[in-house]
Amino acid sequence: MEIDIDQIIYWEWGFLKLNATLLFSWLVMLFMIGISIMITRKLTSKTGMSRGQALLESLVVLIEEQIEEATGEKAEKYIPFISTLFLFIVVSNTINVIPGFHAPTASLSTTAALALCVFVAVPVFGISSAGLKNYFRYYIEPTPLMLPFNIIGELSRTLALAIRLFGNIMSGSLIVAILLSLTPLFFPVVMQAFGLLIGIIQAYVFAILALVYVASAGRIRENKEQSEYENNSYNHQTS
Amino acid sequence: MESISIIGMVSIITAGLTIAIGSIAPALGEGRALAQALLAIAQQPDESPTITRTLFVGLAMIESTAIYCFVVALIIMFANPFWDFVAGG
Repeated sequence: MEIDIDQIIYWEWGFLKLNATLLFSWLVMLFMIGISIMITRKLTSKTGMSRGQALLESLVVLIEEQIEEATGEKAEKYIPFISTLFLFIVVSNTINVIPGFHAPTASLSTTAALALCVFVAVPVFGISSAGLKNYFRYYIEPTPLMLPFNIIGELSRTLALAIRLFGNIMSGSLIVAILLSLTPLFFPVVMQAFGLLIGIIQAYVFAILALVYVASAGRIRENKEQSEYENNSYNHQTS
Repeated sequence: MESISIIGMVSIITAGLTIAIGSIAPALGEGRALAQALLAIAQQPDESPTITRTLFVGLAMIESTAIYCFVVALIIMFANPFWDFVAGG
């Protein structure tokens, strides 16, 4: 009964320890990088397109559409960061159904690292799109009294990102392990399929939340006239 | 009664209560969310992809509150930090 896959150590040499989290996250990374390099070696814009290129292009278009729907901006700025997060988490969660493999996202270290990436990316994107003064002015709106609460909010939502992904994936694999010791044949398979669905939904949720945090940091809250105009036109349409 | 048995008893009872009480509120919330989403789909079937997607995201976020309770219960059961004080000392 392993609650923490950091404790599973495959290989030890002095102070170097290779645990399951490290091994499988590197495996996922190598798998994704290898597939991408193999496919992008022979890109064409002609009719004879390879299957892999079609797959990657459809993935990129899908993520682009989702980003544009969620933010209402052009997706070029966000697509590297968000799609990297999404694809890594999806592959990590789906590796769970292969026997003998552990999802790297079932350890708190991986999810905390991913959440820290989002935590660092929020000010970077915010300052790059809204400017230094506008971004930090958001912290002291409407009064400077709100400053500590805004900072606590930033920290707690990062923590929630990490714990949500970790809890979902870890509980999925743990439930399967418990059920295997009780009813060996039929029921764990159902829970594995359920865990697959949960894993993909959680990857989507993580990516969408990261996108929302990153995009809302760059919003300049000065376009009141524009929003009023939109409201008026909307009311005019509906009445 | 020894302290190790007290810790074991309290841990088991607390873990059960945690997951029991902690899953009531998310269940109620998810039920309400699902009912509203079904109502919205019944009124506007054209918007069902958007509604379904948003519903899944919302359900996953509500579900995570229950997951937090589950994680706490698991930590109490399998990775209780207070065992070491008694078992080691």
